[in-house]
Amino acid sequence: MRPSAARAVDFAVKIRVNPQQTGIDTNVKHSMNPFDEIAVEEAVRLRERLKTEVKSIQAVTIGSPKSIDTLRTALAMGADSAIHVEIPESDPAPEPLAVAKTLKAIIEKQKEGIDIVILGKQAIDDDLGLTGQMLAGLLNWPQATFASKVEVDVAKREVVVVREIDGGGEEIRCKLPLVITTDLRLNVPRYATLPNIMKAKKKPVTKYSAADLGVDLTPQLETLKVTEPPTRVGGGKVESVDELVAKLKEAGITAV
Amino acid sequence: MLSLLRPRLVSARLAPRLSRVACYSSLTENDLAHFAKFLPPTSIISTFPPYSSSADELLPFNDDWMGRFHGMSSTVLRPKTTQQVSQILKWCNERRIPVVPQGGNTGLVGGSVPIKDELIISLSNMNNIRSFDPISGVLVADAGCILQSLTDHIAPHDHIMPVDLGAKGSCQIGGNVATNAGGLRLLRYGSLHGTVLGLEVVLADGTVLDQLTTLRKDNTGYDLKQLFIGSEGTLGIITAVSILTPPAPEASNNLILALPSFSNVLPLYQIVKRQLSEILSAFEYIDRTAYNLAVKHGQGRALSDDEVEGAECFVLVETSGGHREHDEEKLSHLLESLFESDTSLINTGVLSQSPAQFSSIWALREGVTEAVSKEGKAYKYDISVPLASFKDVVDGVREHLRSKGLLHDKAVKHVIGYGHVGDGNLHLNVVADAYLPEIQDALEPYVYEVVSSLRGSISAEHGIGAAKTHALSYSKSVVAIELMRKIKTVFDPHGIMNPGKVLEL
Repeated sequence: MRPSAARAVDFAVKIRVNPQQTGIDTNVKHSMNPFDEIAVEEAVRLRERLKTEVKSIQAVTIGSPKSIDTLRTALAMGADSAIHVEIPESDPAPEPLAVAKTLKAIIEKQKEGIDIVILGKQAIDDDLGLTGQMLAGLLNWPQATFASKVEVDVAKREVVVVREIDGGGEEIRCKLPLVITTDLRLNVPRYATLPNIMKAKKKPVTKYSAADLGVDLTPQLETLKVTEPPTRVGGGKVESVDELVAKLKEAGITAV
Repeated sequence: MLSLLRPRLVSARLAPRLSRVACYSSLTENDLAHFAKFLPPTSIISTFPPYSSSADELLPFNDDWMGRFHGMSSTVLRPKTTQQVSQILKWCNERRIPVVPQGGNTGLVGGSVPIKDELIISLSNMNNIRSFDPISGVLVADAGCILQSLTDHIAPHDHIMPVDLGAKGSCQIGGNVATNAGGLRLLRYGSLHGTVLGLEVVLADGTVLDQLTTLRKDNTGYDLKQLFIGSEGTLGIITAVSILTPPAPEASNNLILALPSFSNVLPLYQIVKRQLSEILSAFEYIDRTAYNLAVKHGQGRALSDDEVEGAECFVLVETSGGHREHDEEKLSHLLESLFESDTSLINTGVLSQSPAQFSSIWALREGVTEAVSKEGKAYKYDISVPLASFKDVVDGVREHLRSKGLLHDKAVKHVIGYGHVGDGNLHLNVVADAYLPEIQDALEPYVYEVVSSLRGSISAEHGIGAAKTHALSYSKSVVAIELMRKIKTVFDPHGIMNPGKVLEL
């Protein structure tokens, strides 16, 4: 089982566009992408439900050296080992297709074979929501996206997933191996307990570079401009109904 | 009307006393007509014509946050400028009309609501932030600014307020200063007596005392502002505050630890203090019942069942530092020593992994107050006692109530303890089904006598208000109280400033 864990600006942080208007100010608190946190949590819960049927849980991240933090969190939550595809700090963030190709290369390297890959449905920094689907396409595996419930039948090698769709849920049955992307209602990620944080330090982390995997991470898209939404112009308080009527008339709003 | 059915315990006890003080006048239509000369209609809420508000509209101002103290004022004035406050007080002083200055009305000792029909002067409309210097960190703001909005204003400049409390979304800085609020950050940033640099105060006769300096050091004569800090509106109305705000920490972390026994809290505190040293910014205690109540009422995300099994109490530790890796190393070292010792002081614990989890862990502690309100009617005793006696005091009160047959679903449901262990400040809460005289009589003077025997304070940070005027002598000598009365006469010769609060009538 392989959850992927991306590092993104924490959702509680207020975002500002950088002065060059080419992106956002990234000198703020980062943490694991919330949907990926849910992915790691689901992997750990599957082990709690299926016990020894789950042979291993590996967390993967592709990112700068600082991304090791998200792997440590994943290990503290219950992953057995981690893989860090390290890219230089100054390099631009990898695009979904590049991430998908990298994950495919890692999966193909695993001798024991991977049965389930769980990813967050989207990263909260770019909101693209493409990686899981592209990965499934490249691997030629089935995909169950926006999962809000996952039930694995090991004997039949099948998974029943409830997907979040407009107006409700769609239940689908998939064969393993499978790509799942998580939606918000799938679970609530656990706190990392201190004993697990201590144990996590001893868990193995394997490092790769993009070259080791034969993957080219060069961006194929160019961001032309990033702007903030137009600032709201303040309203004004009026002291009486007469004043309100006068202001409405000023604004050109006439009685119907 | 619901308000008539609520038992008016404290007000009923004190209102007759206020009436006996014959020199006070009640508000008349004439007074309202005078106020209307310099206050717009939107600044006046009154049952008098022409405003003719209903008594219900005045409830949020007449009733305290806990629903325990009920005033009977007819009028609330909401001035927008210091000049207006001055004009109001000048008139009230001449007319001998008693007044109650009111901020966010989140006080817990009935100090912010009238005892009878005193005029309420609300500072809510005075909410301008006058200035902020990002280099020195000095913030100058109107007294009616809500603490959270001040926090939000200085955050982009990487500064934080030196005070932080659960009521931050409603309490106002003027009220915080008037009550010398303590809160969660006192351990690290000290009290308002240290961080407030200057005040603008309107005195009882309307004189404006402008001591709104932004100087860090100024030893020129008696430091008058120290008298107003913690005076609970009895010496003057604070209309603006100049306060020194510390730089925001680059790195914040918190953890919640489950302890098998209360006797581990003190040794744990010693180890934490020594190992975390300058990055320690909070050390809070929550007993098991308090934790259960917080979880029951949905305050923050709970720990898992096996994490809390066998835990008698919890400790929340917060660190704030300038360098993330440095802080994490210190925390790592602390955790190793806690787990690797032969006799572990803790069962387990949880460390925040993201700002979201950081808030959630804090919510478990900050939410206890709200959880208590949702659970029942609270008798709150905010006391300073030696750390080692925290649990004994709580257990002692519980046993005392049990011996009086008051420990059951229709009387006292829970007796809990939580608080700023780092400051030696315990919040003892007796949660009852209803406010009953028998419970009041069983608790007082018992609790005060216990505190007095431990040479503690009967009010560590909540203040005296109307609730504890009779208990002042348990923590202050006759000499001290006499001096306080003399000072009160100097500042407020006609006694119109929040009568019946702090000093007994």
